[in-house]
Amino acid sequence: MVAREKMPHQDPEKRVDNFDEVALGYSEEQALTEAARCLECKNPKCVEGCPVNVDIPTFIAEVKEGKFDEAIATIKETNSLAAVCGRVCPQEVQCEQYCVLAKKGEPVAIGRLERFCADREREKGVEAPVKAEPTGKNVAVIGAGPAGLTAAADLAKAGHAVTLYEALHDTGGVLTYGIPEFRLPKAIVREEVDYIKQLGVDVKVDYVIGKIKTLDELRTEFDAVFLGTGAGLPKFMGIEGENLNGVYSANEFLTRVNLMKAYRFPDYDTPIKRGKRVIVVGGGNVAMDAARSALRLGADEVNIVYRRGEDELPARQEEIENAKEEGVVFKLLTNPVRILEGENMTVKGVECIKMELGEPDESGRRRPVPVEGSEFVIDADIVIIAIGTSPNPMILSGSEGLEVGSRGTIVVDDSGKTSLENVCAGGDAVTGAATVISAMGAGKLAAKTINEYLKNN
Amino acid sequence: MPYKILEKKQIAPPVHLMKVQASDVAKAAKAGQFIILRIDETSERIPLTIADFDAEEGYVSIIFQEMGKTTKQLAKMSDVDELQDFVGPLGTPADVRKLGTVILVGGGVGIAPVYPQVKAYLEAGNKVISIIGARNEDLLILEDEMKAASDEFHVATDDGSKGHHGFVTDVVKEILDSGEDVARIVVIGPPILMKVAAGMTEPYGVETIVSLNPIMIDGTGMCGGCRVSVGGETKFACVDGPEFDAHKVDFNLLMSRLALYRNEESECLENHECTCRGGN
Repeated sequence: MVAREKMPHQDPEKRVDNFDEVALGYSEEQALTEAARCLECKNPKCVEGCPVNVDIPTFIAEVKEGKFDEAIATIKETNSLAAVCGRVCPQEVQCEQYCVLAKKGEPVAIGRLERFCADREREKGVEAPVKAEPTGKNVAVIGAGPAGLTAAADLAKAGHAVTLYEALHDTGGVLTYGIPEFRLPKAIVREEVDYIKQLGVDVKVDYVIGKIKTLDELRTEFDAVFLGTGAGLPKFMGIEGENLNGVYSANEFLTRVNLMKAYRFPDYDTPIKRGKRVIVVGGGNVAMDAARSALRLGADEVNIVYRRGEDELPARQEEIENAKEEGVVFKLLTNPVRILEGENMTVKGVECIKMELGEPDESGRRRPVPVEGSEFVIDADIVIIAIGTSPNPMILSGSEGLEVGSRGTIVVDDSGKTSLENVCAGGDAVTGAATVISAMGAGKLAAKTINEYLKNN
Repeated sequence: MPYKILEKKQIAPPVHLMKVQASDVAKAAKAGQFIILRIDETSERIPLTIADFDAEEGYVSIIFQEMGKTTKQLAKMSDVDELQDFVGPLGTPADVRKLGTVILVGGGVGIAPVYPQVKAYLEAGNKVISIIGARNEDLLILEDEMKAASDEFHVATDDGSKGHHGFVTDVVKEILDSGEDVARIVVIGPPILMKVAAGMTEPYGVETIVSLNPIMIDGTGMCGGCRVSVGGETKFACVDGPEFDAHKVDFNLLMSRLALYRNEESECLENHECTCRGGN
């Protein structure tokens, strides 16, 4: 079997000093070679692993023949954020997991090929989409993250007048405030949003639904509403010292870096504390993003503290490898007990305890149990808490009758409908923190449901 | 979507009033809420409490004191300029209802956010006693407006140049000692003033409310940078506040967190002033 084409990367030693993209993308030659590895199965399984059902076999066959324009058109039939998905989707547990080649070796690099097609189109200049015939219906989409952008695009393509509301000053949601430049350049997000604007979507930033207007009001102003408000509320551990100066939620740390461009201080006014010894608590992609950002801000040492083992790390393998290559240290089976106070209410270190894995818990993962008497201290001046987020309750004020689950998530049926007539929801606001692509899948489903609803009402 | 500045005037030497066209914000605004603004692409987002608003005319007024780079830049702007971002109304509105006698205290630039509350408490049918204070007479703002909206009005200056010679808290104490049946005290001003006021009113057992102004970014509960400790619990000032029970707030933590970026703030300001001078 021909080996999978390797993704060219920026040299680890150089990249820790800049915020430029790490993965450089396939050349045309590499894309052709990689596409040629596809066996063109009679019964392809890869599509089953894609939450937005991209017609993977067709687009890869097109790449194979050098028909790149056709390939991106095929992808865009179902995926309006191809350049983003090609970069941040966990393909290894989605489409690529189902690839027949994965059984014996390495699957076709579907994500990298998707990225290649999208990047090539962008370099050439994206053609303006044809606007659909207006239906005379209007839809409000709340939240300009992956779910909202996808829903807005599909609804606009169907001919509805779409208004997209965003609370922050920039669109993209987690793509803009959360995922760093070195993993997803913001210029790409901006171009994807421009494409959606060209479809006729009216984008209103600086607009906090729940404060400036309520959901109840929007329901009367619009024929339908989609809620893609995400899971923006940071969780803290509730341990001693968490409010000390130098303790950040990953959301705050990454928002300062990405949205406010604190890494370019003082050219940009928003400051960030550049720690020398940084501890990141958590083992997901957000923890990796925070750790790698801290290194780029000049930290001498970055430790990831995670209470389970290597196999349980929720982050993508690729991101864990990137982090290790760059020098991030993994302190696994370790849990923070308290944050130690130095001078003037600042952080001086974290007292941790060693853990061991016991019986599986309700999530199916083995439950970490503290090892008595194994406490030790890691020195630190910055601590970043990346243990997850939960849905922001702000949308709930003035949304009479909207059913919400125990963890603050909005309850929907399997077509994306909420308990309110003419309101659908999807993405992290429904599932709790998950992936970009699953939010996009939910946005897509909800757009379809809203389309059907608007046909009948 | 830029926001037009309708008016900008200096109302005390380092203090300015700015009226901004933001009709959707004005329609939804209530006393006690705040906005977050950003001047341009490279600026910080800064929270400022709403000083006045008019739903019909569609404007929101803010009052700020020149401190760091952003407020100094704002001070130089005028009615030909625009702000890139102006988000609001944020935070939980003040819990204004008929209680009886309410004392409202504004210290320094904190007089600005007290003003809409004075109007709201009066409208709700309360006896409103307002007390404003500053270091000296020149720094007093909104004196006429406050006086007009209050049943009883007092002034205190640290140097005695106007009204009571001393702190606003002395006047509050006098009123409480006089036997006046006070249902609530609202104090807004520098953290040290709010801390002192909280300590002073506690033995009297009168409900005391403060409006906190920690560092924040988004103002919607997303970053957690504005966390404050209230009664031993961590709260986000942007969504759980900005108003809290003064007797439960950990003011030392608030003050220490406010000082977190002091070095960076001076660096930013120095850079700005160098550039300004260089450009002139």
